[in-house]
Amino acid sequence: MADPMKIRAQMKGDSAEIRVLMSHPMETGQRKDNAGNVVPAHFIQSITVDVGGKRVIQGQTGPAISRNPVFGFKVKGAKAGDKVVINWVDNKGDKRTDEATIS
Amino acid sequence: MKKRIGALVAAAAMSASFAVLAQQPAKKPAAKAQAKAAQKAPDATTADFEKFRDVLEEDNPAELFEAKGEELWKAKRGPNNVSLAESCDMGRGVGVLKGAYVQLPRYFADVDAVMDAERRIAHCMVKYQGFKAEDLAKKPFSSGNYTPELVSLTTYVAGHSRKMKIAIPQKHPKEKETYQIGKEIFAYRAGPWDFSCSTCHGEDGKRIRTQNLPNLSTPEGAIRAFQGWPGYRMTGGVMHTLQWRMNDCFRQQRFPEPNYVSPSITALLSYMGVNANGQVYKGPGIKR
Ligand code: HEC
Repeated sequence: MADPMKIRAQMKGDSAEIRVLMSHPMETGQRKDNAGNVVPAHFIQSITVDVGGKRVIQGQTGPAISRNPVFGFKVKGAKAGDKVVINWVDNKGDKRTDEATIS
Repeated sequence: MKKRIGALVAAAAMSASFAVLAQQPAKKPAAKAQAKAAQKAPDATTADFEKFRDVLEEDNPAELFEAKGEELWKAKRGPNNVSLAESCDMGRGVGVLKGAYVQLPRYFADVDAVMDAERRIAHCMVKYQGFKAEDLAKKPFSSGNYTPELVSLTTYVAGHSRKMKIAIPQKHPKEKETYQIGKEIFAYRAGPWDFSCSTCHGEDGKRIRTQNLPNLSTPEGAIRAFQGWPGYRMTGGVMHTLQWRMNDCFRQQRFPEPNYVSPSITALLSYMGVNANGQVYKGPGIKR
């Protein structure tokens, strides 16, 4: 089971600033361990962000992203109290969904 | 009114998170970092790194380890099925964490010894939870995707001293003695290169490659032995505590590496920590 994300969502002017920190190894598949064996690729390959019940982001991600990645988004038209739901799925089918409320 | 939600995602935001953060026009932190850098270390590498760190610290991955540490601290675990929250005294009373980290190392009457944070947690895991000290010492440092439980626990404990003043006690004779031992180890020259900690950390303005070496014998330098630790190290993307930092400096010094949570490390942490007393600890941070 994957570890929870840390989500921060705050109104700044007329848009919401959403930042999410994900716990994930993000292995590229190009690295070798101490014994010389290739460490298999393991990375988040899709993320979605819903705000107030509407999908605002649907993205494909790849192995060029760092371990424990951080993503930042600005969403226009959102308002305080809206629910933010973020989901990721990795290339092994593992997934995670977390929520926050815009403040 | 019709709600208009438009998402603004820079293409870069999807391709490389470090790049994203470094590019975000976080005006205030950057200006702050530059001002700070101008006061202290004027060289460009340091200024750039400080800017980078300021931006990154807003979403510091150390938080992920704090969260893991919290779970470990509160769960009933080990052969005795006891939680640390209900058994472990970090110096402020059983289960009390607020301000504990900035007052460590300190004297503990129950063991009649001075202990640093990680050593104290390890002690509690052995004494109350029934873990074996040998097992805790088997693979004590983070690497790749492996993070020892003690690293997450130490990060969690440290998080409870965020924005608090470092106030390491020097009342008990053993606390004073530990400081003195630390001071001596710091200056003790030996090994194939006849190095001491002081060789690398006893003067202002020294560096190895691009890394500035803090002068740990001064209050301004000593804070570097506290600030940002435990730290998420960008090199390798792993969480490290001061146990690792000390171990790695002994290795750089070509000394035998100390045992895990060795009293010699407590002594060094006392020496440097007391030198940093009175300054504000910002909490688990980011290291290059
Ligand atoms: C051969 C030179 C060398 C010796 C000897 C040495 N260190 Fe270090 N030390 C380094 C380097 C290089 C760094 C990493 C600096 C960086 O990454 O910015 C470092 C980092 C540190 C840090 C962390 C500073 C920070 O900004 O986070 C501490 C604390 C420290 N050393 C303490 C010690 C102690 C105590 C000893 C003696 C046991 C010692 N060092 C011996 C080279 C040395």
